[in-house]
Amino acid sequence: MSPQIPEAAELVIIGAGPAGMAAAIEARAAGTEVLLLDETSAAGGQIWRAVGTAPEARKTLLGKEYAAGAALVSEFAACGAQHVSGVSVWGVMPDENGRLRIGVRHNCAARLIEARAVILATGAQERPLPVPGWTLPGVMGAGAAQIALKSGGLLPEGRCVLAGVGPLLYLLADQFLRAGIIPAALVETPSPHRRTALTHLPGFLRAPTFRKGAGLMARVRRKVPVIAGAEALEVRGDSKAKALRYKRGGAWQEIEADLVLLHAGVVPSLHLSVAAGVPTRWNDVLRCFEPETDELGATAIAGLYIAGDGAGIGGAERALPSGRRAAQAALEHLGHNIDPARRDAARKDWHKADLGRAFIDRWFAPPPALLAPRGDTLACRCEEVTAGAIREAARLGAPGPNQLKTYLRCGMGPCQGRMCAASITEIMAEETGRTPAELGHLRFRTPVRPLSLGELAQLPAGENARRAVLGDAELPDTPLPLPPRAR
Amino acid sequence: MFRRDPIPPGEAIEILLDGAPFTARRGDTVANALLAGGITRFRDSVVSGAPRAPYCLMGTCFECLVTIDGTPNRQACLVTVEAGMRIERQSGAPSMLPESKA
Ligand code: FES
Repeated sequence: MSPQIPEAAELVIIGAGPAGMAAAIEARAAGTEVLLLDETSAAGGQIWRAVGTAPEARKTLLGKEYAAGAALVSEFAACGAQHVSGVSVWGVMPDENGRLRIGVRHNCAARLIEARAVILATGAQERPLPVPGWTLPGVMGAGAAQIALKSGGLLPEGRCVLAGVGPLLYLLADQFLRAGIIPAALVETPSPHRRTALTHLPGFLRAPTFRKGAGLMARVRRKVPVIAGAEALEVRGDSKAKALRYKRGGAWQEIEADLVLLHAGVVPSLHLSVAAGVPTRWNDVLRCFEPETDELGATAIAGLYIAGDGAGIGGAERALPSGRRAAQAALEHLGHNIDPARRDAARKDWHKADLGRAFIDRWFAPPPALLAPRGDTLACRCEEVTAGAIREAARLGAPGPNQLKTYLRCGMGPCQGRMCAASITEIMAEETGRTPAELGHLRFRTPVRPLSLGELAQLPAGENARRAVLGDAELPDTPLPLPPRAR
Repeated sequence: MFRRDPIPPGEAIEILLDGAPFTARRGDTVANALLAGGITRFRDSVVSGAPRAPYCLMGTCFECLVTIDGTPNRQACLVTVEAGMRIERQSGAPSMLPESKA
């Protein structure tokens, strides 16, 4: 891990999760120069967060699949890719010469890196679950609580309730149980696709996830009260969470809670790919937008590939072969010949890891009503725009999410729509009767991470930029000094 | 809302939270250190002033914004603590005018 970032690399991979590491190893095996940039402090991604440094006892607690990540992390560390951690990537910009420029922030300065090929392996984000009270301290994503456990050994204190839908709720409950924490309840909201899920059951029965998943769910159900069929959720509290309320069979019930962990699956991180110009498509089962790629991960932009969950949710097992396939496509773009046997092996592994996915996607799909809040519930947490205001603007005729954004500022805060883009589309779809596919989503633009002007000013000024500011006046070659910080 | 698991954590290091000494553990993210130390309010929201705390811990929600060593709006969940770090919790929207120093 070098603290220095080079100005150019043949292949740049963004994200050090399973897809990014697998892609780096594949590309290094072909002898290509690889630069891997990652936002966190160590390789592993969210799934294997801190696995390289976690004490043995914590790995045992988190389970075999977590511990297994350590092998890939060491293989990656030894593969010869240059890994720079703690880097925020704020844009991938194709230029006129068919090269890609990557905007990064490192040590509080903006930089540009040139690459001939880029693989986005930025994975997924937890789907926001905008229920009333979700902005209270004491409410967070179940995935967030799992990250706290992996990266810091943090466990819930007091009464903890898990709510929503997705395999992660069971996985996390099981990890808590191993650590001696018994969640007060697991409240499940029903998937609208359970019946069609059953037609995909044969594939799931053959998948390794089946036995693992069935055992896990049985263990959790023995110890944790599982409340199935909740139609609506709500968190109560003044300055922090006090209770989770759920509606079932038309009646509201309440469970006291100090920590409410919400979950409704994960969705692809879209900001970098969309801002680079990759079109998206709507996935009606997973209820999310996905970037348009071919089966290898190639996008409409020459030299730009997407691997892993960022290209469509498939989990860590599928992210590994997905990373290898994207690397092979990128290598081909760089002029390498790919051994057909290698290509075939990656394709087979991908399909093997995909077994059971069709069932899981449908069995744990989020109910649309839960994703389209109403009334005073904040849809946009940053700018504090209520769902009611969005509904009203939609009724008044806002033609799409981007116009609605200019009316209400939703999506214009620091998270840049990561927490509200999906709700805006869902709410507008409900109000207008148009489909999410027709409505589209907020347009995400470069820079996709907040950059201060001071950081931006560290960019080497190009000729055009100089002219724009100085006209024909002469400028010394050294960068302008930064003004002293306002106090 | 959180406590540490019984597995021995990293070495204790001192940081400053709103000017007061606060113990973190080496290797912690700033967010983990604060959560483990019983902090439930990380900032007050910029519009209504409501209390907020981390929601995602993976860099997407920006609820964990704090001022670190004088630089405002750093994501506490992405920054690793260092001994002597000065963390300040933020309240409301920042003023455009330089703060007058009392
Ligand atoms: S907790 Fe969400 S960005 Fe830090």
